[in-house]
Amino acid sequence: MSKIHVKLTVNGKAEELLAEPRELLIHVLRERLNLTGPHIGCETSHCGACTVEMNGKSVKSCTVFAAQANGAEITTIEGLGTPDALHVLQQAFREHHGLQCGFCTPGMITRAHRLLEENPNPTEEEVRFGMAGNLCRCTGYQNIVKSILAAASEINAAKEAAQ
Amino acid sequence: MIPAAFEYHRPADIESAVGLLQRLGDEARVLAGGHSLIPMMKLRMAAIEHLVDLQDIGALKSVTIDGDAVTIGAMVTQQELIAHAGLAQSAPILREAALQIADPQVRAMGTIGGNIANGDPGNDMPGLMQALDATFLLSGPDGEREVEARAFYEAAYMTDREDDEILTAVQFTARPGGYAYEKQKRKIGDYATAAAAVLVGKEGGKVAWASIAMTNLSDTPIWSQAAADALTGTDCGAEAVKAASAAALADIDPTEDNRGPVEFKRHVAGIIITRAIQRAWSRA
Ligand SMILES: Cc1cc2nc3c(=O)[nH]c(=O)nc-3n(C[C@H](O)[C@H](O)[C@H](O)COP(=O)(O)OP(=O)(O)OC[C@H]3O[C@@H](n4cnc5c(N)ncnc54)[C@H](O)[C@@H]3O)c2cc1C
Ligand code: FES
Ligand code: FES
Repeated sequence: MSKIHVKLTVNGKAEELLAEPRELLIHVLRERLNLTGPHIGCETSHCGACTVEMNGKSVKSCTVFAAQANGAEITTIEGLGTPDALHVLQQAFREHHGLQCGFCTPGMITRAHRLLEENPNPTEEEVRFGMAGNLCRCTGYQNIVKSILAAASEINAAKEAAQ
Repeated sequence: MIPAAFEYHRPADIESAVGLLQRLGDEARVLAGGHSLIPMMKLRMAAIEHLVDLQDIGALKSVTIDGDAVTIGAMVTQQELIAHAGLAQSAPILREAALQIADPQVRAMGTIGGNIANGDPGNDMPGLMQALDATFLLSGPDGEREVEARAFYEAAYMTDREDDEILTAVQFTARPGGYAYEKQKRKIGDYATAAAAVLVGKEGGKVAWASIAMTNLSDTPIWSQAAADALTGTDCGAEAVKAASAAALADIDPTEDNRGPVEFKRHVAGIIITRAIQRAWSRA
């Protein structure tokens, strides 16, 4: 089977590679581009650990062929913050115990990032509904919800202060 | 979980897509959002030599509302359905049902056309399309044709669509009235144990017309003429709802699976149908 030329913009950087059409986006990100932030939890489209942003939408990258993503802009957890400059959401997860083992966290935060872009002032219920595609085996979700709500207030406060 | 190898095609228009399907025969499959197809390919339950990705075909992405005539392109995603203000106005049941499908990430990719063409009895849009009395538009080598939603589903994963045809759009006439899509599932994001779509019209305190359809309670979606008849002309009181629910239950044929035995499913179906009728009526 012939390989195809895949062009992606990942975390703002242009990437080009030859991929077999059957290669999944998660494998390209992790194994070819060494972006191991997005995780593989279930590989069956259920857990959301592989969540990344593709053209401004949250997607499960284990259920997208790299060929489908050809031409797309992708953001992974690596594109949101760095260890020295954590994203507000990362800082909030840290402060509010939004993680324990941390396996689900990259997917949680990338999804929460999109959720807050679309709805900057969510209710608790909207956060729970908006995070329904992400599973966590450790926290019981309570502190994840708390972290996201805290990040939302912080982002909104910063926006107000800037105005 | 890596699917078997295949060739990937991304045509720019409907004619090229149909041409590819015709040339490649039954070794080719259309790829929409991929959220039913890719899981099957990973499990190697679907062996496909060629995937024809429809994402570049702009003509499949439009929504038009012309008075009460609604046309939705096959590649409109579930997320887009939910966000569409015009649709929320003219056919709010679409939004209500789409919000109960899967989870945000799946809805960002999954399309209305894929949900309808897939033929999985668990899919929610086919039942809804029965209730709306929708028409499906198909494009094939011999041109376009229309099929009624109520005549489209033959058995699980078997539809009236030919291998070389593409579902391009769905059309229906929006009727003012009450609506409800009720769904019982084991957990959020799951397929239905039982679901019901109900539309009702009210005149002079009586049911002027009704349309009642069900999801995942047979190997195809079920539209129940008898249930609608039992409701029409009544005041939608407890007796009438009971009669309509009994009539709907007589039309289904659920099978035992990991969502429960037949008796349980019939029990759940009865409750879901009753709730859907009551909620639709309260909004009529
Ligand atoms: C975790 C999870 C939970 C889910 N829960 C639900 C749920 O609760 N309810 C529900 O309804 N669905 C559910 N789904 C399925 C989801 O909604 C799918 O997106 C949908 O069924 C198929 O749409 P798609 O665009 O992804 O189609 P694809 O997966 O790309 O295609 C599905 C099938 O339809 C064919 N096809 C697609 N588009 C066309 C077209 N235009 N013309 C001809 N043939 C076409 C394909 O060849 C394929 O055979 C779930 C999926 C996942 C992964
Ligand atoms: S690894 Fe993609 S959803 Fe679980
Ligand atoms: S913190 Fe362990 S899975 Fe969520």
